[in-house]
Amino acid sequence: MSVALEFALTAEDLWAMAPLLVVTGFALFVLILDLFLRPEPERKGPLVWASLVGVGAALVANAVAPAPSGTWVQGMLRVDLVSKFLNTVFLLGAGLAVLLSAGYVERQGIARGEYYCLLLFSTVGAMLMGMSADLVLLFLGLETLSIPLYILATFFKRRPASQEAGLKYFLLGAFSSALFLYGIALVYGATGTTQLAEVGARLPEALGRAPGLVYAGLGLLIVGLGFKAAAVPFHTWAPDVYEGAPTSVTAFMAVAAKAAAFAAFLRVLLGAGTGTGAVPSASASAWLSELATAWAPLIALLAVLTMVLGNVVAVVQLNLKRLLAYSSIAHAGYLLIALVAMGAGTPATAADATAALLFYLLVYTLMTLGAFGAVVVAEGEGRSENPSLSDLAGLGARHPWLAGMLALFLVSLAGLPPTAGFFAKFYVFKAAIESGPLGLALAIVGVLTSVISVYYYLRVAYYAVVARPAADADADASAERPFYASGTVWVGLGVAALLVLALGLYPTWVVESLVQGLSAATAAWALP
Amino acid sequence: MTEYVAILIYLGLALVVAATLLAVNAVLGPPPRPSRDKIMPYESGIPPLMSARRRFHVRYHVIAMIFLVFDLEIAFIYPWAVVYRELGWLGFWEMMVFLGILVIGLLYAWKRGALRWE
Repeated sequence: MSVALEFALTAEDLWAMAPLLVVTGFALFVLILDLFLRPEPERKGPLVWASLVGVGAALVANAVAPAPSGTWVQGMLRVDLVSKFLNTVFLLGAGLAVLLSAGYVERQGIARGEYYCLLLFSTVGAMLMGMSADLVLLFLGLETLSIPLYILATFFKRRPASQEAGLKYFLLGAFSSALFLYGIALVYGATGTTQLAEVGARLPEALGRAPGLVYAGLGLLIVGLGFKAAAVPFHTWAPDVYEGAPTSVTAFMAVAAKAAAFAAFLRVLLGAGTGTGAVPSASASAWLSELATAWAPLIALLAVLTMVLGNVVAVVQLNLKRLLAYSSIAHAGYLLIALVAMGAGTPATAADATAALLFYLLVYTLMTLGAFGAVVVAEGEGRSENPSLSDLAGLGARHPWLAGMLALFLVSLAGLPPTAGFFAKFYVFKAAIESGPLGLALAIVGVLTSVISVYYYLRVAYYAVVARPAADADADASAERPFYASGTVWVGLGVAALLVLALGLYPTWVVESLVQGLSAATAAWALP
Repeated sequence: MTEYVAILIYLGLALVVAATLLAVNAVLGPPPRPSRDKIMPYESGIPPLMSARRRFHVRYHVIAMIFLVFDLEIAFIYPWAVVYRELGWLGFWEMMVFLGILVIGLLYAWKRGALRWE
């Protein structure tokens, strides 16, 4: 038996991989560079710069690499508007996380070169998920994203809470990866392929032959990704892990892992890889609508549970990191609404919903990283290891600008105008209402739970801006225990705040170009 | 499904061969006379010093992990070496990239002192 060894790597393949290669290269460079630096924490500055340069170079490569839209590297890697936008979100998140980390990790005594290296590798995994056109590559990306995060979560070697966080995250992560993999196996069994475009093409036939296999496979994929996205009822790991992990890691975890999970949802549920023209969009829409009736109600149920539980439980949290953990759970609910809107509507509304989902991911990344900046600042030397709301008291008096920026992020998280968070929710709810009665019901739940969220976000803002340290503390307590904000934290929060404001004032720049790009193709699933 | 029949046949053959060998040994071989030396765990001919179920120094685990990585590397290189003429230059450079990444890993382990025993 002779096997044809036809493997060619074209220039387009390399260009399609360029952003991944750049980040991987810089991650390896950081690893090597660290070996030649002295071990003292304050000597790790070059690593921060190398990581930032790497992220910046990857952003440029992602924007300008001349890889035409399509599927590259033997049908593995997808380049389209969605992948480019998602890569931008992941890289922005990584860059801001590096800025938040620098200074923080030094002060906490965990500044090791591996930290930045793992952060970059994790980013590569997230990018792989957003670009994958094949279920196997999607799984590979999931693991590349998760394994560095398991290690990063345990970076406080001497704190049991951090060890617990890492172990819990690892066990639940491995469990959900197994479910996801089982789902891939069943889908492969039903359709005989792992390429998403081909899966889509063969689904009508597979549904007729073995519907149980298809539905079970799809269900397992949804549950596996639900774990990663921390959607209720698969969320129980999130508060403990977010609380125990170093805050800068939590910040990155909350945005990168969640955005990557939704990137995977996007790729899987819409089989979003048919753009090569291999599948006529008419047949694609047939299987899509056939299956959407199966998964849309399921996702809708997850969305309602996630929004209600996330927001209600966040109200009673006094610990900052746990509060933000429940907040990030709640936001997963709003993102799930956008998914339902994509499945339940017509091609035109699906394009709107996809654009809304992508915009929400961008805004969520910026404002969540910004809010975790508050915890980083409140967790300075000699201060609480695990700050609660009252630890923010006095921030407004000492650093008015910092407190103002935090208030901006919190207002944005609550979804109040004129911030980006308002428009992110607005577009998601609009797309949901246009998509049909199911979407309308979800939008109503979304609005009601957003009202609850205003309470707890503004309470944090109150502590940060208005409240003074408790009276029984010594008079100059704030001088003894200064808030800690390194220069890079200022830069990171400043950039995030500017973007949140800019996206709140001119959201149409991003959303309109996304909608146009998405509907330029014949249908939303034939992504350009 | 038909392409999996070969695997089933292979599985059946393997079971038959294994069962046959054991049966032939039981029928034709001398009756088993266990002695202390015979029932000892096989340690490449060296008498075992003590039970293996004890705690090992963490260095063993580090060395074992490094060994595992390079052991698997060999497992990738063998099939590559068999077909590398057909793969051409692309295959060559692919393997060089793979080895290069592993060398970085080795360099890292080395510099971090993972190979130092004392």
